[in-house]
Amino acid sequence: MLTKRIIPCLDIKDGRTVKGVNFVELRDAGDPVALAKLYSEQGADELVFLDITATVDKRKTLVDLVTQVAKEVRIPFTVGGGIGSIADVYALLAAGADKISINSAAVARPELVDALAREFGSQCIVVAIDSRQRDRKDWVHTHGGRKVTTLQTNAWAKELADRGAGEILLTSMDHDGTKEGFALDLTAAISSTLPIPVIASGGAGGMLHFKDVFTLGKADAALAASIFHFKEIGILELKMYLEKEGVVVRN
Amino acid sequence: MEVLGSTLKLSMKVVLIKYNAGNVQSVLYALARLGVEAELTDEIEKIRSADRVIFPGQGEASSAMSYLKERRLDQVIQEIKQPFLGVCLGLQLLCTHSEENDTDCLGIFPIKVKRFIPSAYSQEKVPHVGWNSLENLVKNPLFKDLPESKFMYYVHSYYAELGEHTLATTSYIHDFTALLHRDNYWAIQAHPEKSGALGEKLLENFLAIPSN
Repeated sequence: MLTKRIIPCLDIKDGRTVKGVNFVELRDAGDPVALAKLYSEQGADELVFLDITATVDKRKTLVDLVTQVAKEVRIPFTVGGGIGSIADVYALLAAGADKISINSAAVARPELVDALAREFGSQCIVVAIDSRQRDRKDWVHTHGGRKVTTLQTNAWAKELADRGAGEILLTSMDHDGTKEGFALDLTAAISSTLPIPVIASGGAGGMLHFKDVFTLGKADAALAASIFHFKEIGILELKMYLEKEGVVVRN
Repeated sequence: MEVLGSTLKLSMKVVLIKYNAGNVQSVLYALARLGVEAELTDEIEKIRSADRVIFPGQGEASSAMSYLKERRLDQVIQEIKQPFLGVCLGLQLLCTHSEENDTDCLGIFPIKVKRFIPSAYSQEKVPHVGWNSLENLVKNPLFKDLPESKFMYYVHSYYAELGEHTLATTSYIHDFTALLHRDNYWAIQAHPEKSGALGEKLLENFLAIPSN
């Protein structure tokens, strides 16, 4: 049976992990390759690297990092952050990334999704949506959540699938950072109507939240950062728990 | 990582067939982790003289077949005598026919490749993306000393039907062929280069299969 996926997310700035990582096993917790290997050994199903480097000239550092990760890590990984062209995607895939993730660029130029899917295949095109609720409706935000758009999340997700996106990475900004659980209703609404997988993100604070997002939220995968980085939840114990609760995971 | 005997590693010539199908870099890296520096090539003589031939791929069947035919690589693959491993699209192209743009394929395995169609009552999504388990494994040198966990990483919309050469199955919507074996040809639908310890062991076992 196809398993539900657990995906740690690493924020990268100038080729280093940021946003606090607390691992005594690692000599250098800022080293993304070492952290990626550790997560992979602990049973992570995939990894996401989100590049928050501000400047374009530092992008070469990202390509070098992708090469190192591809050489050393035996599980699939996605790279996102600042990707806006076919050339950007080509460079990252050629370096060994399995998938890329775009966000603001898809909102600015939706036809980019079609072009990327045609060029590289839907399987490697993840589109991230940052969603926030207002007046009981879910609105797409861009630029790290700073800009609100006129797009509603469910319609936008459907359009992305029609344009050839291979997966949707859905972040609820209302839940992100709260540690009170994923956005179950929103995730379920999107996931049950889309023909493509949905990765839920934002709000993970405990193991129960993962069970909920897979069962009630109908997510295909769940992404989290700080709870893994600060070892509030171990991936191995999370998977044992989910298995016990009847969620199919890779053991 | 010391996996194969160092003499074997140094003397073994492994080639990956170069054609218009994506992400072969990961396969090269996976082989490098096993101590093998493989060469990516479409030169017929290099392919014919290699100790092991790997036929990777992620892409579309009809354009891949046209590409192979233009360069006579279809014939080279059909006549090859050394251990040969097709991966993902590489497996599908070794079958007789693919529903993907109604494509006649290489015909090494007498089975057909079809598109996943979700059942009316279920919510399975296509493509089949993620980790799924190998089942019904038939005894084969490829399966020597496998780790206990049998999950492989899949990304595909088309699958090979079950047949007499099926070595293992995976279940998504229904059972399909996960691995194939006939004579010197092996093929695997999942991505061993991305499937953790199990994928690595399968690649290692393939490299260890004796040539005739």
